[in-house]
Parts: sequence; C-alpha cells; structure tokens
Amino acid sequence: MNVPAAWYLVLAALLFGIGAFGFLTRRSAIIMFMCIELMLNAVNLTFVTFARSLSDIGGQISVFFVMVVAAAEVTVGLGIVVAIFRRRASTSVDELTEMKG
Amino acid sequence: MIAIAYAWPAIGVFVVATLLILGGAVGVLIYKNPVHAALSLILCLFGVALAFLAQQADFLAAVEIIVYAGAIVVLFLFVIMFLGVDRTEALEGEPLVGQRTFAAIAVTLVVAGVVFLMASSHWVTGVPSVSTGGTPLSAGAGNVRQIGTSLYTTYLIAFEVTAALLIISVVGAVNLARKERPRVGESAQ
Amino acid sequence: MAHAAFLIALLPLLGAVLILLNGRTMSDKATGTLATAAVTGSFAATVWAFVLYLNHEVTSTVHLFTWFSVGGLNVPAAFQVDALSLTMCLFITGISALIHLYSMGYMAGDTDYRKFFLYLNLFVFSMLLLVLANNLVVTFVGWEGVGVCSYWLVSYYFDRESAASAGKKAFLYNRVGDLGLLAAMFLLYTHLHTLTYTTIFASLSQLSGTTATLIVLSLLLAAAGKSAQIPLFNWLPDAMEGPTPVSALIHAATMVTAGVFLLVRMSPVLALSSDGRSVIAIVGALTAFVTATIATSQKDIKKVLAFSTVSQIGYMVLAVGVGAYGAAIFLMVAHAFFKALLFLGSGSVIHALNGEQDLRKMGGLRKYLPLTFPTFLIGWLAISGVPPFAGFWAKGAILTSLYAHNKVLYALALLTAVLTAYYMTRLFVLTFRGEERFADVMDGAAPHESPLVMTAPLVILGVLAAVGGALDLPWLHAHTLETFLAPTFGAVPAVAAQSSGLQITLAGVDVIAALIGLGAGVVLWRQRSSAPSLEPSFLENVWYWDEGYDRVIGRPLTGLAAISGSVVEETIIDGGVRGVVTGVQRLSREVRKVQTGFVRHYALAMVLGLAFIVLYLVARVG
Repeated sequence: MNVPAAWYLVLAALLFGIGAFGFLTRRSAIIMFMCIELMLNAVNLTFVTFARSLSDIGGQISVFFVMVVAAAEVTVGLGIVVAIFRRRASTSVDELTEMKG
Repeated sequence: MIAIAYAWPAIGVFVVATLLILGGAVGVLIYKNPVHAALSLILCLFGVALAFLAQQADFLAAVEIIVYAGAIVVLFLFVIMFLGVDRTEALEGEPLVGQRTFAAIAVTLVVAGVVFLMASSHWVTGVPSVSTGGTPLSAGAGNVRQIGTSLYTTYLIAFEVTAALLIISVVGAVNLARKERPRVGESAQ
Repeated sequence: MAHAAFLIALLPLLGAVLILLNGRTMSDKATGTLATAAVTGSFAATVWAFVLYLNHEVTSTVHLFTWFSVGGLNVPAAFQVDALSLTMCLFITGISALIHLYSMGYMAGDTDYRKFFLYLNLFVFSMLLLVLANNLVVTFVGWEGVGVCSYWLVSYYFDRESAASAGKKAFLYNRVGDLGLLAAMFLLYTHLHTLTYTTIFASLSQLSGTTATLIVLSLLLAAAGKSAQIPLFNWLPDAMEGPTPVSALIHAATMVTAGVFLLVRMSPVLALSSDGRSVIAIVGALTAFVTATIATSQKDIKKVLAFSTVSQIGYMVLAVGVGAYGAAIFLMVAHAFFKALLFLGSGSVIHALNGEQDLRKMGGLRKYLPLTFPTFLIGWLAISGVPPFAGFWAKGAILTSLYAHNKVLYALALLTAVLTAYYMTRLFVLTFRGEERFADVMDGAAPHESPLVMTAPLVILGVLAAVGGALDLPWLHAHTLETFLAPTFGAVPAVAAQSSGLQITLAGVDVIAALIGLGAGVVLWRQRSSAPSLEPSFLENVWYWDEGYDRVIGRPLTGLAAISGSVVEETIIDGGVRGVVTGVQRLSREVRKVQTGFVRHYALAMVLGLAFIVLYLVARVG
C-alpha cells in the first residue's frame, strides 16, 4: 500500500516554494532558469500524484506536455542568455534595467 | 502511528525521494557555483523520478531522467561552460532592498496557504476517472501502453502542436545564439 | 398607367445617374443633350399618362415597392396619379425640358457644365417625386430633394461669397419651413395613424377642429418656407445668385410653387379649419402686397422678377386661403409660363450685356434683341393682366372668387395687381425702351441676340403665355380646368354663384387696374429713362426685413455664441479636458516609479499577487 497522496502534495508544495524563493533571490539568469525547472517539477509531481489518486492517465499526459514545454523554454531561454551574455559579458539579471519607467 | 497502516517499503521510498528532492532543491538554492547548482539539480530530478516511479508513472520517470537530467541539465552545463560563467556568484549582499524578506514572506504565505487549502479540501477530491474505468493505473508496461494510446488518440492534435513548438523553439534558439558574422563584402577589411 | 407614371419619375433620375457615372468622359454637348433628352422623355411619358388618364378619369395608385414598414406605419414608394398630380407633372416636365434646352446655350463654356445638368436633372426628379407621391413621407423626400438641389444650384458659383451665403440662406429658411411639414406629419400620424393621402382624407372625421387648425398652420409654415411667403420670403430674392435658368426653373416656375401644391393636395384637411384658411389668405394677401411694393424699387432685373414671383405666389396662397384651389392651380400654371418666359428673357438680356443685371445700365435694347423683345413683351402683358394673355384669365379667376369672399382682401389684391402692372412696366421700359445706357458695360460693342437654343424656348413659352388662358376653357371632355381638378380638392365652402353681369364687371375692373399700372409705369419711366432714380430706400431695402431678423434673432444668437466660445468652451470644456490631462500626467509620473526595471521585482510582484489570491481563497474556505 502506497503512502497517502497528501504526503507527495506537501512535498511538491515545498519544492515549489524553494523554486520560487530561488527565482526571487538568485541573480544569475542560468540559476533562475534552474529554479523555474524546480517549480515545473513540483507541478509535475502534483500531476502524477493526482493521476494516481484519481486513476486518470490525463495527469501523466499533462506531465508529458509540461516536459516538452519546459524543454522548449530552456532552449529559447538559454539562447537568449547566450545572446545577452555576448553583449554584456554578464548573466546577472540585475543589470538588465532598460525597462525602467 | 498512522504510518503503520502503510507498507514500510513505500514509506522508505517516499523518505528517500523527499531527501533527494529537497536536498537537491536546497542545493540549487545555495550553491554559488552554477556547475554545482546544476549537479544539485540533477540530484533533485532523480528524486522526482523516484517519486514518479513510486506512483505508477514508470514512463515519465524514464523520461524525467533521460530528458531532464540527460538533456536539459546537460544543456545548462553546456551553456555554463560555453560562457565561462562557472565562477562564484557574489551571494553576499542583496542589492535590492527587502527582496529576500519579501520573497520569504510571500513564498511562505503561498506554500502555507496552498497546503491549508489542500488540507481543508481533503487533499484529493472527486470521483475516480471514468476514462480508465475507475481502476488504478497499472504499473509497468501497461502504463506505457496507456500513455501511448492516449497520446495518439485523445491528445493527438496537442501532440502534433508540441512537435511544431519544439521545431520553432530550436530554430529560434539557433537564431538567437548565432554569432553575427561580418558580411562577405566587409570581411576583407 | 403604371409604366407611364414610373417613367415620368425614372427618366430624370436615370439622366442624373448617367451624368454622374459618365460625367468625366462625356463632352459638354453630350451631357446637355442627355439631360434634356431625359426630361423631354419624362414630358412624353407625362403626356402618355395624361392621355391614359383622360380615358377613365379615375385616380389610380401606382405601387412600386414598400419602402419601410415600422410598427403601424407602412410607407410604400407609391405614386398617386390623378388630375392634380398630372397637371403639375405636365407643366413641370414641359417647362423643365424647355429650360434644359435653354441652359445648353446659356451655360455653354461653363467649367462645371456637367455638374449643372446633374443637379438640374436631380431637381426635376425630386420635384416629380414631390407631386406624384401618394403619401406625405415620399412627398417629404421630394420636398427635401428639391431643397438640396436648390441649395446646390443657388450656390452654384460657390467661389462667389454672395452666392455661397445666398445658398445657405435659402437652405436655412427652407429648413424652418421643413419643420412645419414635419410637424404636420407628426400631428397627422398621431391622430390618424397614417400618412397616405387617400387614407388621411378618408378618416378626417376623427380630427378635432383644433388639431385640424394646428395641422393647417404647420402646413402653412411649410408652404411659407418653400414658397417664400411672409415671414420666410427673404431667401428667394437672394436665390437669384444662381444661374438664370435655375431662377427660371426652380425659383419661379416649379419648386417655389411646391408649397401651394402641398396646400392644395391637403385641401380636404384645410376644409376642416376655417380659421386656418383665414390665416392662409391673410398671409398670401400680405405677401403679395408687400413684395409688390418692394418690386417697384429694385435695381437688379432678376431681383424685380424674384419679388414679383413672391408676390404672384402670394396670390396663389391667397386663392388657396379662400378655397379657390382651381384658380390657384390655374395661376400656378400660367405663372409658370410667363414667369419662366420673363426669367429666360432676362437671362437673354443679361447674356447680351455680358452678365450685367443692373436696370440702370440697360435701356433701348429693343432693336438689338429682335426675338427676346417680342417674347418679353408678351410676358410683360401676361403678368400685368392684360387680356387676352394668360395672366388676365388666371388672376381674374382669383379676383372674382375673392370678391365673393372678402372685400378687404379683394381690394388689397386689386391694389397689388395695379402695382404688378406698374413695376413690370418699369422693368420693361428701363430694359427695352428709352436711352441706351450700357455703353460702359459693353465697351462700345453692340449687344447680340442669343443663339437658337435659347431663343426657341422663349418663343415656345411666349406662345404658351399668350394662349395659356385657354387652359380654363372647357375643351377636355367638357371640363374647365377647375372642374377637371375638382375631384382632388377638399370640400370648398359654397360661394354664392355670381351673375355673369358681375363677372364681366369684375373683369373690366381688372383690366382697368392693369391699365392704370401700365399707364403710370410708362408715364413715370419714359421720362426718367436717362437717369432712373425714384427708389425709396425703405422699399429698396425690402422693408428692412433682413435687418429686423438680424436684430431679433441674429445678434442675440451671435452674442450667445460668442459667450459660449469664450467662456463655456475655454473655461469649462477646455478647462475640464486640461484638468484631466494634468491629473493623468501627475498620476503617471508617480506610478511609473513602480517600474524599477529589475526583473526580480516584477517576479516578486507576481508571487505577492499569487499570495494574495491564495490568502483570499483561504479566507473564503476558512
């Protein structure tokens, strides 16, 4: 008999929290992307948990699509990081303040 | 203890997965060197894969390791090495006043709130899905078959669109990262 | 019948559309020919319809299509073909065709030649729509159509300040009149729930006397606007800024009689209100007299004719007021002949003198204009009321029925007749007789007669003006014009039959009045022809009518507008707008500080927002 779904859901919530906190406090664009991955995985974990609890394969399919989107996002995101780094020799997002009002 | 009601192996797997996931995540959070952070991320992803396995998501566990740990993190590492930013990021001192405090408060509120909401709605509600006949998802090969059938029937259009999305993102990334070469006529100078 | 009636209105519209579509590719001559052919075709169709009508003499309705149907209001695009509309159509299309022909010569060389004929054709279409319609809504469309065509044609030379403002004046005065027509329509619909003539007339018993009077007065306002009656007559003299054929067609023969037509068309309603008819008669008599006095002192040949037109229409309105509808239509037709003739003749004179319109610079033109002179002579005698020309019969018919109704009005009308003969004689003498005073206008050259396209219509109209009186003779199925038209009139109050002896006496009085006017004119102006003066400024300035309007309406409104412009506009409206602008500027200067440019601040804002949502949900659950 497996552990209750609640345990995994709390775990996922904690993982999401760590990812969000990392995204807000780390300055390197690359690390921020990793934090986004953490949050996405937290969501994936809840999807899989719900799929098990509700016996619906749709949850797992969603995870599949999240992974695809994550892959695409990392590809483009890192491409942008490379392009920016080429101009500024830095991956710190704090230096990108052109949008200041 | 409540835990007694469950099989000890399942609890053991959960504990290991939790340690891997949280440990890896905290590692990403605190390591100053991006390379270390990436390696720590792999640790976390392994934990997630373990959690998937424990919940009859064998195929996704495999994909998690192959695609995430194998491809995405390698891509991270590749970019880190390529740009040569594998040096220590100055973590001390936050240039934005109050950013950490507010982040901590906000994140705590969100996590606590979400957990409270889930608890107050008895975690998982709703009727077991009709599409799978209300039976538990099968483990092993049967599960892969279920995913495959779903993907190529119910979710076929979404599946095809993601294929297009991937192509577009690859082309976009190539275009972004490409070095602008001097034109043929100007190269002589 | 349906085909003929349909063609009457369709052909001028077709002409206008063709000119509009092909105007740039057609030569001037082709355009003029096309427009003239369209109207001539319309005349032929009218004759056809007229002949068909004579077979049975039954009013028929030609239903084209249902224009719209809203609630209880059903408005068909339909024509009512009866004696009245056919009579109107006959002289409208006939005179229009002649004036189109004349215009081909008069407007030759004009830069906007095609535009002129486009408007002219459109005008004829609107006018026909007005008289043919079987309900007030379609009449209103034609009413507005002739109004706008009149506006376009009055300000045809729109690069001239005076022409542009004359057009505006005509349009605005007409607008006041249109209000009257609308009010009449509203009243009729409110009480009878229909706007179709036959249905209105069938259900007149539901109208109370007061309502009928209100409707009649509204109709009178409409007629005063369109037919230039007191108090709205001032626009017509100014409308002489348009080309002379336009003055002849629109501002003498056809459009300005639309008001009289409307009153005659609605005569069954008029029959319900003797008060309303009295007001109509008084307005008509006053207009006829006042404008006749003004016409005695005008310098501009066209202005004299314009005031004369207003005066003659005053006669028609007066006739309508005393229930002499047949006489009113008779004078309308006769007037169309001789006034169109006079206008075209004056156009020929103006043409001969290189555009000079001042009577003081004419004189002695008799020998230079061998065709214009005799035709103008006929026109002069006709309008003066000399037998056996058309004017004598038409005016005589009105005066005779006036005598039976009201002696005061009869006296006023007779006085007007004397004045009419007088000012027309003055015009005639100053133009064709006496010394030649045009030397400085012509630079020594001799005036020349107009080309055939211009003189031919003059001759035709001259013949018509001479024999037009015969219209009233009983030669159509033993009808006089009066009895022919009678089925379309409302119940005319019975008048004691006049003995033939009295009729002959009255006719004699008419002739004497005309001769007094003629004699006075000849005696006074033959002597003064070398240096014409005798123009009291009170009369010359139109009884200071325009100045009065300016003082009562114009200046207070201008003052109000000035206050609105300086106070309301600048402080209240602009101030409000500027206040909003300043407020938004200040607010945005503060708000934009939120945009720090740091991505992580934005991300924090997102997470904080998420926290708020979660807290809200928690609050709802807990």
